[in-house]
Amino acid sequence: MHNKTITELSAGLKAGDFSSEELTNSFLQRIEEHGETLNCFVTVSGKEALEAARVADGLIAKGEGGVLTGIPMAHKDIFCTKGFKTSCGSKMLDNFISPYDATVVSRLAAAGMVSLGKLNMDEFAMGSSNETSYYGAVKNPWDTNCVPGGSSGGSAAAVAARLVPIATGTDTGGSIRQPASFCGITGLKPTYGTVSRFGMIAFASSLDQAGPMTRSAEDAALVLQAMAGFDPNDSTSLENSVPDYSAELNKELTGLKIGLPKEFFEEGLDNEVAKAVEAAVEEYRKLGAEVKEISLPNMDLSVPAYYVVAPAECSANLSRFDGVRYGYRCENPENLEDLYSRSRGEGFGAEVKRRIMIGAYALSAGYYDAYYLKAQQVRKLISEDFKKAFEEVDLIMGPTAPSTAFGIGEKTDDPLSMYLSDIFTIGVNLAGIPAMSIPAGFVKSKPVGLQLIGNYFSEGRLLNAAHRYQQVTEWHKGVPAEFE
Amino acid sequence: MSLEVEDVTKIARLARLEIKSGDVEHYASELSGILDFVDRLNAADTSAVTPMAHPLEQVQRLREDEVTETNQRELFQSIAPEVEDGLYLVPKVIE
Repeated sequence: MHNKTITELSAGLKAGDFSSEELTNSFLQRIEEHGETLNCFVTVSGKEALEAARVADGLIAKGEGGVLTGIPMAHKDIFCTKGFKTSCGSKMLDNFISPYDATVVSRLAAAGMVSLGKLNMDEFAMGSSNETSYYGAVKNPWDTNCVPGGSSGGSAAAVAARLVPIATGTDTGGSIRQPASFCGITGLKPTYGTVSRFGMIAFASSLDQAGPMTRSAEDAALVLQAMAGFDPNDSTSLENSVPDYSAELNKELTGLKIGLPKEFFEEGLDNEVAKAVEAAVEEYRKLGAEVKEISLPNMDLSVPAYYVVAPAECSANLSRFDGVRYGYRCENPENLEDLYSRSRGEGFGAEVKRRIMIGAYALSAGYYDAYYLKAQQVRKLISEDFKKAFEEVDLIMGPTAPSTAFGIGEKTDDPLSMYLSDIFTIGVNLAGIPAMSIPAGFVKSKPVGLQLIGNYFSEGRLLNAAHRYQQVTEWHKGVPAEFE
Repeated sequence: MSLEVEDVTKIARLARLEIKSGDVEHYASELSGILDFVDRLNAADTSAVTPMAHPLEQVQRLREDEVTETNQRELFQSIAPEVEDGLYLVPKVIE
């Protein structure tokens, strides 16, 4: 049951082959069996999941509900869930029971999905390996000595190990795509503003975007359909109508123009990963696509620009954690200032502190122009590079990450080398465009991700290109041996 | 850009973030490394570039000034560290 797609599971539910309660129980059992090994769940809510499953079964029996009704899933622990702990991977929120639901949570629940719990993540989504979590590192199901990527590492590991059919994730600089790449699953970061940020704990508001993490493009289209859409509660939510993301899945790729940015294939990219990506591009040629080299000349400035913009916005966003209204409070504060600074000093981990301090510095008197303004100007240059590229090509392709999953502990002492593992994903967030990572092979038994980048609102096209590739390849069907 | 121990202490104070005295030097070196890296931005000529304000050039949406939420003080305060009579408690501010 755990290897079926959403479409297959939904058909099984409707035909009465199994109930949502049975399906939910079977995934809960897998979580029981493997969850601890991978450390991918922060909270498992079995009792509530079974209640939701019985409601779904009632709907299905009456012939009601949609394709997602009764399908189990889990949320990254960054999405507020009413009545449940929402930790964001931090000691700061270890005791936080959310008084409301994020829009993503209420939308997927309204679509009939059954949430099995909350998934581990890098603290406040700041990390590329899931090692900054207060709850400890998540392990990669393909090699438990390796990281699953981050920050949506729990989501990626859980989907890859078939502990849930799909999971939600968020992507500020690559946090859906890089773990999708490391764990051999499909991940989609939509156009900025497509999915509501309401109730999604903010890291860098101008970059954060939620999306589905699934085993196939077909499943991603179905889940994005339910996640996307205007939300008056999010001031940056787009008022555009939501297209049918599954409508063009099967469209022929003949004549599709693919651009390969030469900057993606220069030094720093693992040779074997490059070969896997080139083989995937060759597959697209066979599907009728035209491939040409393009240039994104300001690519090398994307990581430096990001490490001004994201910390600046995080230092502002995380100022709300003050030890007064909710979350962690230090013992015996001497005065109000001591209450603030000790609650924050004790509640936040090292990476969060680094970023808050970089941000506070970049925004402090006398430095704003040199850092934040400069970074926003460079951001414009990066965005113009993509704009020019999309005058020539329909999609951009390249590696999602410069390597496959690295070892646990390998980069924890060197923040900069950790930051550079997002070198190919960050530009997309700075420009606000959509992108995907799909499985495209293995290097030494570890998955390689192919990144597909599209222009604004091209999610349908991205899903189409990903789906056609998944029709002629088997990479996305691979299951890590211990979790078959 | 190299940060001294005093700079880190000042930034931490601005951010209301307690840093243990034994860790300040380590943070100074790490943050300096990150800022050196960020200084690569200076290689870009941005003299004629308008800074990006929104990826899709959208302006902030406004709504009517109407009451849309009901009062949920008790629910919100049920997760607070310390409350009394509907008020959040903090150490004494005025002597």
